Amino acid sequence: MSTSETLTGSRPLRAPGAGHESDNYLNHSKGILSWIFTLDHKRIGVLYLVSILSSFFVAGMLAMLIRTELLFPGRQLVSPDAYNQLFTLHGAIMIFLFIIPGIPAALGNFVLPLMLGAKDVAFPRLNLLSWWLWLSGAFLAVVSILLGSVDTGWTFYTPYSTTTSTAVVSMVSGVFILGFSSIFTGLNFIVTIHKLRPKGMTWFRMPLMLWALYATALIQVLATPVLGITLLLLIMERVMGIGIFDSRLGGDPVLFQHFFWFYSHPAVYIMILPAMGVISELISVFSRKHIFGYRFIAFSSVAIAAFGFLVWGHHMFTSGQSDLITVIFSALTFSVSIPSAIKVFNWLATMYKGRIQLDTPMVYALSFIVLFSIGGLTGLFLGALATDVHLHDTYFVVAHFHYVMFGGTVIAFLGGLHYWWPKMTGRMYNESLGRVAALLIFLGFNVTFFTQFVMGSHGMPRRYFDYLPQFTIYHQISTLGSYLMAIGFFLCGAYLVHSLYRGEAAPANPWGANSLEWHTPSPPPHDNFEHTPEAGDPYDFTDWTYDPAIRGYVAKSRTSH
Amino acid sequence: MAERTVENHGHGEHPSYLQHHFDTAEQQFTSGKLGMWLFLATEVLLFAGLFCAYAVYRGSHPEIFIYAHHFLDKNLGALNTVILLSSSLTMAWAVRAAQLDQRKLSAALLALTLLGGCGFLSVKYVEYSHKIRDGLLWGTKYAPAHGAHGATAPGHEAAGQAAHQAPAPVVDPHAAEAQAAVAATRPGAIGPDGVPVPRTFAPDPVVQSQAAALDLPASLSVEPSLIKIAPAGPEGVVQPETIKDSLIRDPAAAPKNVHIFFGIYYLMTGLHGIHVVLGMGAIAWVLRKTVRGEFGSAYYTPVDLVGLYWHLVDLIWIFLFPLLYLIH
Repeated sequence: MSTSETLTGSRPLRAPGAGHESDNYLNHSKGILSWIFTLDHKRIGVLYLVSILSSFFVAGMLAMLIRTELLFPGRQLVSPDAYNQLFTLHGAIMIFLFIIPGIPAALGNFVLPLMLGAKDVAFPRLNLLSWWLWLSGAFLAVVSILLGSVDTGWTFYTPYSTTTSTAVVSMVSGVFILGFSSIFTGLNFIVTIHKLRPKGMTWFRMPLMLWALYATALIQVLATPVLGITLLLLIMERVMGIGIFDSRLGGDPVLFQHFFWFYSHPAVYIMILPAMGVISELISVFSRKHIFGYRFIAFSSVAIAAFGFLVWGHHMFTSGQSDLITVIFSALTFSVSIPSAIKVFNWLATMYKGRIQLDTPMVYALSFIVLFSIGGLTGLFLGALATDVHLHDTYFVVAHFHYVMFGGTVIAFLGGLHYWWPKMTGRMYNESLGRVAALLIFLGFNVTFFTQFVMGSHGMPRRYFDYLPQFTIYHQISTLGSYLMAIGFFLCGAYLVHSLYRGEAAPANPWGANSLEWHTPSPPPHDNFEHTPEAGDPYDFTDWTYDPAIRGYVAKSRTSH
Repeated sequence: MAERTVENHGHGEHPSYLQHHFDTAEQQFTSGKLGMWLFLATEVLLFAGLFCAYAVYRGSHPEIFIYAHHFLDKNLGALNTVILLSSSLTMAWAVRAAQLDQRKLSAALLALTLLGGCGFLSVKYVEYSHKIRDGLLWGTKYAPAHGAHGATAPGHEAAGQAAHQAPAPVVDPHAAEAQAAVAATRPGAIGPDGVPVPRTFAPDPVVQSQAAALDLPASLSVEPSLIKIAPAGPEGVVQPETIKDSLIRDPAAAPKNVHIFFGIYYLMTGLHGIHVVLGMGAIAWVLRKTVRGEFGSAYYTPVDLVGLYWHLVDLIWIFLFPLLYLIH
């Protein structure tokens, strides 16, 4: 870690291109080895970003195959068995390789120490190890695809997962390893936020993104080990015949569901909480207005993390739980909507009488509020016992969790990606194309999944290869929507890649935000800051004025020095 | 602010063990400590899944656990408890010695701790090999070798015979007490007067297992649960070894799905054993560094953290021992 160069280096100029000439984390050292063995949280963030986007591409293509297969009743592209493998892989890759590490490990790794004003995360080696574990988990997933894939659904329910002839063991081992990757990221974040806050950065001066990452990390650390032991038991069941989930041997298959959802329901909040953190940043910055109800948003993140542990039983309303338990879980499930709604109301109140600027990240933030609200409210139908019996295992459920995970997490991820892209790469993307792509994705998404709410409430079961003719029109609208979405994504990918080569150099603060990552050049130097920044109110934008010459914001107090 | 940054980067003032992103050694130490505690929390939760499985099956099938625990050797379990507790003492002492710059003492204590780990694993090896020999395995592999013990221990054989030739059972239709005792092993069962039997375990497992071990005359068409057991004869109380041997000899005595207990036993002790091995690796690593003189009063974080880990391994065993070996 030679830090002397950055110290002796000249003060960065606030002019386009200045970031690229001076020493920054991207050109600090060269060669592939300097990347794959880096201990720099920013580079690890970029490694994660490339990795998870690759998995997102693969799983997205699988989704296109699924939707194309469903264009007409009967067989179109693949056999029923191959179809089962397609949706299993789509789910498993999206969940374990993309969404869970998505915002925390890729964006979070990059921005957390910067927002905090720290030089790095607390345990850089552990951070690198977690990326390598991710890679090993992904490798095992590929191995299991080569060994004949998996057709259990991403939930690996027993007894099917213990009896199917597909490559369950290697896939489950991969997920087990990915779990440890997630644990180490969470552990690192908790310790960093507790111990590496510089002087002046109090808990309530932290940007809400950090509160969200903190709450996420708590779940990652507390829930993931239970998934670990569950998957280990599943492996033991398959390899050694331990019998703990096998009813022929006196075991209990529903116990697997309890264990699995004890992790996987909180994991839903691992996915959505950091997304809410991103949105809290975007809404305030692009409304040019202080965030409304800071403490409420901060504590509701922690409340969601806590409630998230108490609702797993709502996945088993039809699995033969006792009536008492189902009623309790149903009531607790409704309680999660309170902190979620607190957030939404605070975002709306922040926008109220704000000076809203519809830059690409804000378009995504607005999409998020709409889609997440639909996703959240339809969750209430599923949390209510009477309606759930009708809607369970139909496309209604599929539409609901896509509204929350895609409409929520992926949209927020895209918003965050566009927001921090100039900081990460030092380049600006094409703004108009950005908005067009965001709108295409929003429209395509709604066409795809709103149709599925209708289809599901009419009784179309999920995971079916074939369907009755009366559902044809819904499936076709849904598939066309997914093609529209795919066009949006390809457009997005194209202009982002283009910006890397031809994009304008990014100013240090293109959006006029005040959290600490915007107080350092784009891209940031190896040590993050030339001078340890002083933490102020992250949502006080009054100090920043727009300078058309550099197409970015300049701090009045800083220029007067 | 600027001055502070320069200070932090001044290489002369950074001790070799202080990583560049920490400002002070204390910050690095407390970060490491918090990180370790969080890691221990994940370990506890990893085991929590198994403890939960234990609770679920013990709650729904207490008879399996009461029957099967007789096959675990309490003495060896107790020996291992003593070994692990002592090794925790030597570990804590080693940390203290490192803090006080007593390098040689610290190294010696770490070596002793390592020896404790070896001792624990050796005892575990003996226990496992006994079980494997008797076919007391998990799930599909469970195939108890009945009579294996009787053949090797003739003295026990005689005692076992005595148990078999206990006085004929006295049939007492009004024996509500005995019925309740047996029925209590099935939670939610209804007593003779229609009142649900409270979820308590049979007061005396010896009596119970004897009842199960008895050979009933074929003509006796009475529910086994209505049999009141007479005292075990003039010889007095039956020795614990005898119970175990008679249980092994008589397959009819076994409740259904005894292998569930052994599945949980192997999972819990096996996962714990893996942690013992990992802990020993970590101790060997800090021992090597201690011998090289890398630790002292200024910097002893790794010794401290490995110590915490070792105490956790110890603590989990403190729960495993009574839950598996000392069931009543």
